[in-house]
Amino acid sequence: MDIISYAAGFAIMAGIYAVFSLGLNIHWGATGLFNIGIAGFFALGAYTAALLTTQPPDPMLFEDFTFGGNWSEIGFLDLGIDLWFFLGIAAAAIACGIIALAIGYVTLRLRDDYLAIATLGIAETVRLFFLNEKWVANGSKGLYRIPKFLGDLVSPENYDYIYLGVVLAVLVALFIAVELALKSPWGRVLRAIREDEVAAEASGKNVFNFKLQAFILGAVIMGIGGALFAHNVRFLAPITFDPLLATFVIWAMLMVGGSGNNRGAILGAFAVWGIWTGTQFLPGIFEDPNFRFFMIGALIVTVILIRPGGILGEERRMAQTVKD
Amino acid sequence: MSTLQNISTRIRRKWAPGHTIVLIVILAVAAGFLPFVKMGLVVNGVFLASIIALGAIGLTLIYGILDFANVAHGDYMTMGAYVALFIVAGVIAAIGAESQGLGPFTFGYPLLIAIPLTAAIVALGAIALDAVIYRRLRNWRVNTAVVSMASLGVAIALRGLVQIIWSSDTQNYPRESRQVFHLPMDVRIPPDNIFIALVAVILAVAVYLLLTRTKMGKAMRATADNPDLALVSGIETARVIRWTWVIGAVLAAVAGILLAVFQAHLVPIMGWKFLIPLFAAVVLGGIGNPYGALAGAFIIGVTSEVSTQWINPSYKPAVAFAIMIAMLLVRPRGLFGGQG
Repeated sequence: MDIISYAAGFAIMAGIYAVFSLGLNIHWGATGLFNIGIAGFFALGAYTAALLTTQPPDPMLFEDFTFGGNWSEIGFLDLGIDLWFFLGIAAAAIACGIIALAIGYVTLRLRDDYLAIATLGIAETVRLFFLNEKWVANGSKGLYRIPKFLGDLVSPENYDYIYLGVVLAVLVALFIAVELALKSPWGRVLRAIREDEVAAEASGKNVFNFKLQAFILGAVIMGIGGALFAHNVRFLAPITFDPLLATFVIWAMLMVGGSGNNRGAILGAFAVWGIWTGTQFLPGIFEDPNFRFFMIGALIVTVILIRPGGILGEERRMAQTVKD
Repeated sequence: MSTLQNISTRIRRKWAPGHTIVLIVILAVAAGFLPFVKMGLVVNGVFLASIIALGAIGLTLIYGILDFANVAHGDYMTMGAYVALFIVAGVIAAIGAESQGLGPFTFGYPLLIAIPLTAAIVALGAIALDAVIYRRLRNWRVNTAVVSMASLGVAIALRGLVQIIWSSDTQNYPRESRQVFHLPMDVRIPPDNIFIALVAVILAVAVYLLLTRTKMGKAMRATADNPDLALVSGIETARVIRWTWVIGAVLAAVAGILLAVFQAHLVPIMGWKFLIPLFAAVVLGGIGNPYGALAGAFIIGVTSEVSTQWINPSYKPAVAFAIMIAMLLVRPRGLFGGQG
């Protein structure tokens, strides 16, 4: 356990959080959708990937769940490059997309904050579902034995480095995709909706459709983040997805880094996760996890009041003809 | 035709708030007589509803008048519950006047002192938070979602504060166990619940009188109905907003204390979890409509309690959520209409 392996572990978590932060940036940063139930998509993505790839329950281990997809063991999915891993991620993304479609379809026609209330409700419902339905995911005992990327090919002490590569690759791919999406005319409509919904509607844009697409895309990215998380910690229990570490911290990350800016979203994830994990080594009041809890809330309020754009702020985008 | 319309408007005007609620309570109790519904659950639901109602009335007033979803409302409740704990188990116990088991209740008279004190403290806190945070955001005329966002920060910070001061362990007001009242139809009522209902009714009536009989109440209703029109009619919006925070915070603080008495324990997350039934009640009744919130609270409280007959009790928040979603599908403006 030296500095380098600690740094690798840190970077993996920060990278996974950066994925969530990117997803939230589509919701809030670009479109102005107020999602306070990130934990719901987090849990859904993580559990979907885990359940599809984990071995079926072992009666000797007193496991209560009934279904394990066992993708990591099925040969035809292997193809030599651990394709199952990416199929699991895709499945997690699809699951979150479907839930987002349902929630968005009901609430996005209504005033903005109904979405917030609905996401809050869905997060709690998802948590309660995985807690109470032991047959689905082993209830509060949690799912363990979640397979590793590349299985036993990598020795445990080197797994973090390999996995860090996977997380960063996914993060970079998502960053490029989101960047392109938000720079495109489609992204411009989202920003128009955020700034003035009525004006966007008046210029002939179907505001509901665009909002729904943005909500689904953000949720899909969150599902990917959840799947990455599942194969990193390789243990999931409903308590993993408490609002603090699965919703609030991600909000602080986006707000600090700069909402509306994808680079800011990633920077914020690394910065806030650095503050969160770093301060626990400081003496005094910082040792108290509750103080850090308080700090996250205070951070959000301070950013809104003092520097609403966060560290990086949103890039100003103007048509070429308007410049100068 | 015109007479018919006339009658219907008159009925609507006469019937509007109080009668609807009475009707809903009667319906709820009638439902208890159905052979497949346990009366005990209905009665329990009514008590739960009275707590939801206190939180939801404040939340809907803030929603209507300040025009944002106050996500920190649940944590104002938590704050209330813990400040009362501090007064009851800290200050009053330190003076040496510890007591519990007042009459038929589990708690002692210190809680009766703590309720108004706590309400005042939380109200002052709410005004202070408004001065530091929300007033600025209002002056900047930011998007309502940004204000909700700020309230999310407040919610997190408040819970962090509660956990710093009182730890995240489960706690309790000093209590003495008491015999529950046994009524026919297998209804069991803990005496504390009667106290809860009593306090809730007193506060609800007080808010009703304030809203209907005072000038401030009239101004508040006007602002909730149409803020711009209220402003141009010369209503002093700053005062209206201050009073809205006071009422909202007082109701939330008392609701928090009552919730802690009702469930017989305090945990820092209690308020955040209570947001779901609160918002469900607000949406059901129509945003900005306090009577609607009251009726919504009864529907949510009784339905989610009765649902435990068939569904695992820990799904209660999910039931409240499902009712809310169903309502949004059918009547997005709520039962009684509100800001859509």
